[in-house]
Parts: sequence; C-alpha cells; structure tokens
Amino acid sequence: MLAKRIIPCLDIKDGQTVKGTNFVDLRQAGDPVELGRVYSEQGADELVYLDITASFEGRKTFTELVRRIAREINIPFTVGGGINELSDVDRLLNAGADKVSINSAALRRPQFIDEIAGNIGSQVCVVAIDAKETDGKWECYLNGGRIPTGRDLFEWAKEANERGAGEILFTSMDHDGVKNGYADEALCRLSEMLTIPVIASGGAGRKEHFRDTFVNGHSDAALAASVFHFGEISIPELKRYLRDEGITVRI
Amino acid sequence: MNVAIVKYNAGNICSVDNASRRLGIVPLVTSDPEQLMKADRVVFPGQGEAGATMEYLHEHRLDEVIRNLRQPVLGICIGMQLLCRHSEENDTACLGVFDVEVKRFAPQRHEDKVPQMGWNTVMDTKSGLFENIDKPEFVYFIHSFYVPLCEHTIATTHYVQPYSSALHKDNFYATQFHPEKSGRAGEKILENFLNIAD
Repeated sequence: MLAKRIIPCLDIKDGQTVKGTNFVDLRQAGDPVELGRVYSEQGADELVYLDITASFEGRKTFTELVRRIAREINIPFTVGGGINELSDVDRLLNAGADKVSINSAALRRPQFIDEIAGNIGSQVCVVAIDAKETDGKWECYLNGGRIPTGRDLFEWAKEANERGAGEILFTSMDHDGVKNGYADEALCRLSEMLTIPVIASGGAGRKEHFRDTFVNGHSDAALAASVFHFGEISIPELKRYLRDEGITVRI
Repeated sequence: MNVAIVKYNAGNICSVDNASRRLGIVPLVTSDPEQLMKADRVVFPGQGEAGATMEYLHEHRLDEVIRNLRQPVLGICIGMQLLCRHSEENDTACLGVFDVEVKRFAPQRHEDKVPQMGWNTVMDTKSGLFENIDKPEFVYFIHSFYVPLCEHTIATTHYVQPYSSALHKDNFYATQFHPEKSGRAGEKILENFLNIAD
C-alpha cells in the first residue's frame, strides 16, 4: 500500500536553515545539507527546501545549495521560493531538485501551472497555497501570507488541479506555528474534491496531530518544520507511533 | 566499470548520475551510440511523456541502439515504459523489448490519486536485482501509467491493482520506481544491477 509521507520543511536564508513562527521571528537551525541527511537517515520520506531570500545573489546561493543537496541526499526533495517563470523551474530541476513548489506566481498568473505541466510534466509541479479562514471563508494569501487575494481556497485548489498541478501543499495560516494540529476540516474537503495528492502544512505540535490529519484530514502527506528541527518530535518515534495506530508508513 | 547513462529529452537524468557517484562510480551521460554500445552497463532513466521521448529517440536513432544493446541495461520509470511494446500515453509505439502494453491507472476509489506519488512496497521479487532485499521494501514511485503483470514481471506492487514494478528479460532490467531516490534500499538495488553478471 502507498505510504503516508512525513516531510520536514527547511526554510533557507543565505544558505542557512531558519524557521519562522507565524512567518516572522527567524531562529537558526543548522546546515541545510547536514540537516537533510539526518532527516533522510531518520526516515523522512521527502524534504522541502524553501528559499526565503529575495535577492539575486541569494538565488544563486540557493541554486548552488540545491546542487549540493542533489549530490548528497538519496530521497526526493522539492524546492520553492521565488519561482516566477519557466526558466526558474528549469534552473532548479537541472540543479537536481525533483519537484518545484510555486505559490504567489501561480496565483498572479495561473497559466504558469499549465506551462510547467505542458513543458515538463505535472509530477514536478507542487502548487503551494497559504490561506486563512475569516467568517467561515478560506481566503488565499500572497507573498508568504502578507497580501489577501480575495480568492477562495477551494476554488483555487480545484483550478490548480485542473490546470495540471501534481500536488497541492496547503498551509493554514491560522494553524501555522500554533502547534495545535492541522486544519483537518479544510484538508478533508480538499482531499475529497481533488484528484491529486494533498500535503498538510501548518500546525503540527504532537504526534497525534499527524495521525489526525491522515485519518480525519485524509491528507496524503504531512509537512512540519520546527517540531523536527528542535527535536520535539523524532521521526523514527513518530513513524512507529503512526504504524501502531494502523497507518501505513515507510519504516 | 564503465557505466553510461542515456542522455535524451527526459527529465531527472542527473539524479542517476548523482546516485552512481554516491556508489563510487562516475558514469558517462551520453547520447553517442558508440559510447553506449561499448559501456559495461547502460542506465536508461528519466521522467517524461512517452510520445515526445520516443520521437526524440527515433530522430536520434537511439531507438535502434537501445534495442540492440547486449550488456546489462536498466530502464527506470519512463525508461521502463519505453522498453515495452506500446503505451496508452498518446498511443505511442515503444521499443518492444518487453512484449507488453503500458496502461493508464484507472482508479475506482477516490483515495487512489493519479499520479501515484510516494513510497510503496515491492513484493514477490525475483532476479539478482533484488538480492539482499528480503522483506517487502518501500521504494519511491511517481507515475500515472503502469505495466500490467506479465511473464517478465520480477517485482509486484499494489496500487489500484497489482502491477509490475520491475521487469527482466535477457540483458534488460527495468524498474517503475526510482532506485536513485529510494534511500538505502534503492542504493542496494542500483548496486545489485552494477554487480549483475553479464
């Protein structure tokens, strides 16, 4: 049976790992390649590296980092951050990334999804969506959660699916950094609606939250950052727990 | 040992290059028929669409070259599908090494998403490719089309239905999963392929 995936996410600034709580306050958490290798040996199923540097220089540093990760890590990894056109996608895939995650650029220009799917293939195209619930409505945000778009989460996710996205990575801004569990209700709705896998993001604090998002949220994968970076949850322990709860995981 | 990786218009070729280097082998990534024919091992990897990749192979006369290779060859993912007779993906005639038709997953349950993306187990493994892989091991898959069970099947995986996750015939081996991205288990399988007797 296809296993549920556990995905540590590493935020990268100037070649170093950082993690923000609710998208601000960055704390250091080590060398990205070393950390990736440790996670891979512990049983992480995939890795996500997000470049949060905006400058041209930073972008070059990140591409170099992607090359190093590809040389040293033997599991799949996705890269994201600042991907605006097909040439960015080519550059990162050529450096050895398995998939790219696009966010604001896709919301601004949805055609971008068709371009990636048509030129390279859906399997490399992860569409990341940051959304927040206000008065029962889930609204998508741009630029790491700074700019509201007025677009409905479910409507946008469905459009992304139809345009050729290979996966949806949904971050609930309300749950992110709060460590009180994933947005399982919204995730479940997404999962029921879409024909592609859904990755849950934002809210992991305890092992039970992973079980809940797989069982109640019907998520195909769960992403987390700080609980892993700061050793609050160890991946081998998490996977044993999930297996004992009857969830298929790779051990 | 000379290992050649077929260079063509499919994606994800450098990951096999990287994985070989982690095993201490520096492969040659090439589309030169001479180089491919004289290598000790040939890996035919990649991700891509059947129609466009077959067209490219044909234009560059790589179809004949690959079909006639005599040393151990390992097709990976689209490489495996292209080694089959025909693919439902854009109704494409393929290389015909394995006399079997590549089909698209047609899930009956909503939980089965297409593409299959992630880690699944290989079972009923046969052949030296899986030496020392003795329990149902998880390996990494990412694909929308599959090869049904057939006389060449050397590993079975369950997704939507049981299907061939690896094939073997004469000097040709193939895996639907990506050994180069499958952690330690994948490295072992790649190593087994490199060590397989001619």
